[in-house]
Amino acid sequence: MAGLVVDKVTHLYAGRSDHPPALDQVSFSVDPGQFCALLGPNGAGKSTLFGILTRLFAPKSGRVEVAGHDMSRAPLKALARMGVVFQQPTLDLDLTVWRNMLYFAGLHGITGRAAKLAASEALDRLAMVERGSERVRDLNGGHRRRLEIARALMHRPEVLLLDEPTVGLDAQTRADLVAHVHQLARDSGLAVLWATHLTDEVHAQDALVVLHRGRVIERGVAEQVGPELTQHFLALTGGLTGELTGERQPA
Amino acid sequence: MRHYVTALIAICHREALRFFGQRARMIAALVRPLMWLFVFAAGFRAALGLSITPPYETYISYETYIVPGLCAMILLFNGMQSSLSLVMDREMGTMRLLLTAPLPRWWLLSCKLMAGAVISVLQAVVFLAICALYGIRFSPMGYVAALPAMFLCALMVGALGIALSSTIRSLENFAGVMNFVIFPMFFLSTALYPLWKMAEASELLWWICAINPFSHGVETIRFALYLKADPLDWAITVAAVVVFMALALWGYDPGKRTMGRKG
Repeated sequence: MAGLVVDKVTHLYAGRSDHPPALDQVSFSVDPGQFCALLGPNGAGKSTLFGILTRLFAPKSGRVEVAGHDMSRAPLKALARMGVVFQQPTLDLDLTVWRNMLYFAGLHGITGRAAKLAASEALDRLAMVERGSERVRDLNGGHRRRLEIARALMHRPEVLLLDEPTVGLDAQTRADLVAHVHQLARDSGLAVLWATHLTDEVHAQDALVVLHRGRVIERGVAEQVGPELTQHFLALTGGLTGELTGERQPA
Repeated sequence: MRHYVTALIAICHREALRFFGQRARMIAALVRPLMWLFVFAAGFRAALGLSITPPYETYISYETYIVPGLCAMILLFNGMQSSLSLVMDREMGTMRLLLTAPLPRWWLLSCKLMAGAVISVLQAVVFLAICALYGIRFSPMGYVAALPAMFLCALMVGALGIALSSTIRSLENFAGVMNFVIFPMFFLSTALYPLWKMAEASELLWWICAINPFSHGVETIRFALYLKADPLDWAITVAAVVVFMALALWGYDPGKRTMGRKG
């Protein structure tokens, strides 16, 4: 099976041996065409997991497999089949949309006409083509996020990772983005891992992994959890309802 | 292999676009050495007597003496600026984009280093052109020979910058490190005064200047401008590039925690 496999990943920060592990035996998988919501409150270990999934650092133990490639044994093949949208914006604000896309193409070894074609196709998919010549600094938050998703899809990855991609976006933009990525998973057979702490971003058919204090405390399909996902999540992790539905998020 | 070259071109292109998009940065990079040349050197010309030391075969003005040192100064400040941008990139997140590209990390960091070095050398070339207009000229072949020397020196300070950037968590800390690295490295070198002049002042200072790899970087440029080369200077500068780059790679090793901690 391709897609994303996370198998017994454990991570402990150096010099923090007296603390519980940041990630403790985390295991789950995301199949091609599946949208998996990684739900967890702030501090659950989501970003640590993303750091490991993207090989920014290596876990103390456990295994990550992307599209059939082991991240520790064949990291370059694994990274080549993965698109990432980080929580922090990773765009070059002073360059145009188009230049940002071509820079990324270069990093993935796509050049010349192939790069231009891939860039325009990816921008087209996210309805960003007409903004190609604009400087990223002049784009609003929603467009910047769309650009990052377009860029992450440019090399036609099989796995797409998104780490709280809706932070700082207004409700409408957030809903549009969530719907769009769901559609991408369905239409292109992408395995999508969407980390969030907002339960209203999870659809009923989505696979669900709940991470709390570095451990997977629930795994399944969102609709099996029941219609009151927010209350259920709250009971599991002990959070505030407003935080989980995005009501307190800045517009 | 083609993928490696494509990434190198993309990274160099990005650095160039960023650099030429910030005209103020280009001007600031040139103002500093020009101030030293026009003001500092003019003032010190009378105070400092220079005897004939290699590579010079005749008496030279103090301005002529410090031009290679000021070239190296441009490389040093730009190298540190480039690593400052790495710390900024890391805070801003763009570093993550670079490090998640499907290429070995040593190559990605080498690309970043080479891109920064090319930009540094371009600035030093502009500075040499201004010096030529001012009347400090070298032979045409001297300029050509200086290019690889300047590139090597730029690689050395750039690699040091990358190594430092891996250990620094925030921009505020970086400013402190700059003071502890740039100024001692520059002043305790042969950029502004020859080694024998330092020996007159203090033997300890002479030793520090003599082992400072930046001194050897400066001397490779100085000798190259006169179509000469001291193998020891080249060897020490190359060794410094290797050591600093090894430290940089260790600093950015995935097995070691280098990225900011979140969630």
